Amino acid sequence: MFDYETLKFLWWAIIGFLLIGFAITDGMDMGVGGLLPFVANKDVERRVVINTVGAHWDGNQVWFITAGASLFAAWPMVYGAAFSGFYFAMMLTLFCLFLRPLAFDYRSKIDSPRWRNNWDWALFVGSMVPPLVFGIAFGNLLQGVPFSFDFLMRVTYTGSFFALFNPFALLSGVVSVSMVLMHGSTWLVMRTDEQVAARSANIGGIVSLVLPVCFILAGIMIWQSIDGYVVISTLDKMGLAQPTTKTVTTVAGAWLNNFNGNPSLWLIPITAIVMSLLVTLLMRIKQKTTLTKALAFVASSLASAGVILTAGVAMFPFVMPSSSVPDHSLLMWDTVASETTLGLMFVVVSIFIPLILGYTIWCYTKMWRTVTIAEIEQNSHSAY
Amino acid sequence: MINETLVELSRWQFAVTALFHFLFVPLTIGMTWILFIMEAVFVMTGREIYRDMTKFWGKLFGINFAIGVATGLTMEFEFGTNWSYYSHYVGDVFGAPLAIEGLMAFFLESTFVGMFFLGWDRLSRRQHLAGTLLMALGTNFSALWILIANGWMQNPVGSEFNYLTMRMELVSFSEIIFNPVAQVKFIHTVAGGYVAGSMFVLSISSYYLLKGRDIAFAKRSFSVAAGFGVAAIFSVILLGDESGYEVGEVQRVKLAAIEAEYHTEPAPAAFTLVGFPDDEAMETHYAIKIPYALGIIATRSLDEEVMGLSDLMKLHEPRIRNGMIAYGYLVKLRSGEETPENIAGFNRTKQDLGYGLLLKRYTENVVDATEAQIQQAVKDSIPQVAPVFWAFRMMVGSGMVMLVLFLLAFYFNARRQIEQKRWLLKAILYALPLPWVAIETGWFVAEFGRQPWAISEILPTFLATSDLAVNDVLFSLVAFIVVYAILFVIEMWLMIRFAKMGPSALHTGRYHFEQTPVVNTGLRHQSA
Repeated sequence: MFDYETLKFLWWAIIGFLLIGFAITDGMDMGVGGLLPFVANKDVERRVVINTVGAHWDGNQVWFITAGASLFAAWPMVYGAAFSGFYFAMMLTLFCLFLRPLAFDYRSKIDSPRWRNNWDWALFVGSMVPPLVFGIAFGNLLQGVPFSFDFLMRVTYTGSFFALFNPFALLSGVVSVSMVLMHGSTWLVMRTDEQVAARSANIGGIVSLVLPVCFILAGIMIWQSIDGYVVISTLDKMGLAQPTTKTVTTVAGAWLNNFNGNPSLWLIPITAIVMSLLVTLLMRIKQKTTLTKALAFVASSLASAGVILTAGVAMFPFVMPSSSVPDHSLLMWDTVASETTLGLMFVVVSIFIPLILGYTIWCYTKMWRTVTIAEIEQNSHSAY
Repeated sequence: MINETLVELSRWQFAVTALFHFLFVPLTIGMTWILFIMEAVFVMTGREIYRDMTKFWGKLFGINFAIGVATGLTMEFEFGTNWSYYSHYVGDVFGAPLAIEGLMAFFLESTFVGMFFLGWDRLSRRQHLAGTLLMALGTNFSALWILIANGWMQNPVGSEFNYLTMRMELVSFSEIIFNPVAQVKFIHTVAGGYVAGSMFVLSISSYYLLKGRDIAFAKRSFSVAAGFGVAAIFSVILLGDESGYEVGEVQRVKLAAIEAEYHTEPAPAAFTLVGFPDDEAMETHYAIKIPYALGIIATRSLDEEVMGLSDLMKLHEPRIRNGMIAYGYLVKLRSGEETPENIAGFNRTKQDLGYGLLLKRYTENVVDATEAQIQQAVKDSIPQVAPVFWAFRMMVGSGMVMLVLFLLAFYFNARRQIEQKRWLLKAILYALPLPWVAIETGWFVAEFGRQPWAISEILPTFLATSDLAVNDVLFSLVAFIVVYAILFVIEMWLMIRFAKMGPSALHTGRYHFEQTPVVNTGLRHQSA
């Protein structure tokens, strides 16, 4: 079918695709969860907000789970090294993610303001901390993280939890959170009306400005003060997964090499910036038509895809550079599963991703409507 | 050197998180089919009570499902966070079924669970029913793939060790799918889930019947659960796991541990009903035995022997010695001495590399192990017997009690006498925890019985952990226990509250707590 080199590249693209799918779907309902306390005051308004994603959050979350499982199958060393290295960050994310399914399902089951208010804040925390942590994790990946392998390929991570919170990583965290909030706000503008939609548009107008500003700032830091990683030995792209056999060095600004080597790639970060600004613009229009609302959501999706792809392309072919032993850095060429597994999983993905997209879109279409206060009041026992 | 405390804590954390997650999964597996049956009856007959049944049991299902989803997240990432060497060593094989589970099962289940809860007014009846079916299929596919992964841990077929990448690599995926251990595990486990779902509906319906509330609703629910439950409990017992114990060395060890059979008995072996296994003396004190039973159950024949632990250990000793040779070659190969002799030598011995790795607990270099260390590793090559022995008996005992209850429930329900059999209804109500006792002890038998291996004969558990500080894992373990306990209290509180409320929770105006006071008093009177 494909040779090993092509399969490795395809899997880099598939992992990217899954992360983008995660940002566009689950990022949307995480944004909605983050906006919940600010765009809805009364209980019925909050239920409006929650019910725009009520039927979808669980399916959306599977993008995250599947991205994790695909890392396990396709890049097992990244799965092991990254998750054990970022141990406390992962635990923090998990504990926050526990709150979401329970908040969605339990919140409206009991008619008590205190109960509901607590779950609303649980949903807020569960929706905001994970994207913050993911942003911080990406910020650290770009700077390299301290890990190395021993003789039997056992990975040891030597960094501390608190070292993760450096300025660049925090900036990446802000990029990630503002991206998710922007995306959630364009969704709420599409799916709600009156006060809730107006407040969402207001916040969306602001975060969609914060995003490109922080994104550009991060870009300047990448250019000026963050060392990129470069492989200086010859790479056997067809070779087996032996990530300790190459030579890697750090060079200031090297994360821009791919863009400078192939200037058309600049279109990716430019898309991220332009699309965020387009969201700002559309959010400020007073009389929004269905088309402008839909356009804002599409623009926000493209901006999210642009941000993630920018990070991926900047680091390519690195996926997890090692700051302590750069030669042990994990590349998408040498951290992969065997050719048999990559081939098998490529077939599986080719079959199932179209199916998943098909039935997911069918469900969204079926549930599509503007969720109104009147609707919630009518169905107060069957809605979330 | 291996940090034993880290290994212990990592194992505890995995056990706590997996056992906790597994409180909710089986109910989901079983309930999806029960909901599908109820909804199918509604769609076929158009009788509203069946829609109410689907919606009400669906509410309880939802309370359970949410916490199942939450705790499932841990399982998806815990191999990476706490078992990173495992992830590296077997990710090429083990990761694939997990990723397929996500793509084939989780998406289907999670997308249509949303339709199930919130799609009633947005979908036609048939569309909604189709969605419920897809949700049930998704849930069951998920069980299939995770048990294919687990079956491979028990009996690692279709793969080969590669010294260049220092890991197991996939050779034949079809062998992994059709692994006999995985096949029986799948059937046994999902049937266990069906039992849990049936017992759940049966017990809570019994409660309404005992209270004399919502009789029509409760009797119909009872019927569905009794019918489905009888089929499920027979599947669990007859298609039990034991037929998978003939395949693979570690499965044979597990079987001997389950029976506390320290020494091989002449065929057909007796089944030890109860007794006190003693690993030091290598015998079972005060054993009460049923002649022939074990031989027939385990080998399905009268003339095949079930090998005892001491004889199995005798087989392990030469493999440990051979594993030391394999490890010696591995070190040479990875140090760049890739001579044809070394490669040939490694290929000749590598099937025992895992046994050699058992010595890593005592000596870093393996090849320099002393005679005493080798003997220690031989002792390590079987699990502690008593916990496996007792857990298995708790599982089977619970199963037998449930078999009787389901049969009685089915019989009296068919004869329309169930409302009069208050003793039976009470027994069924109090039997509600039994499926969970069986399921959790069953998990324990399968996983503790596999020790000392993470991957049978390939990777010892103590080598599989992440290189974390003891305090890191201690902290996360305590956090899991505290947070899970809080989640559990909330979940149980909601579940009990809604179960007690019954179908009145739907606010249709048709059920007990929504009736006018006059009718209400009448019903109360009836139930007194």
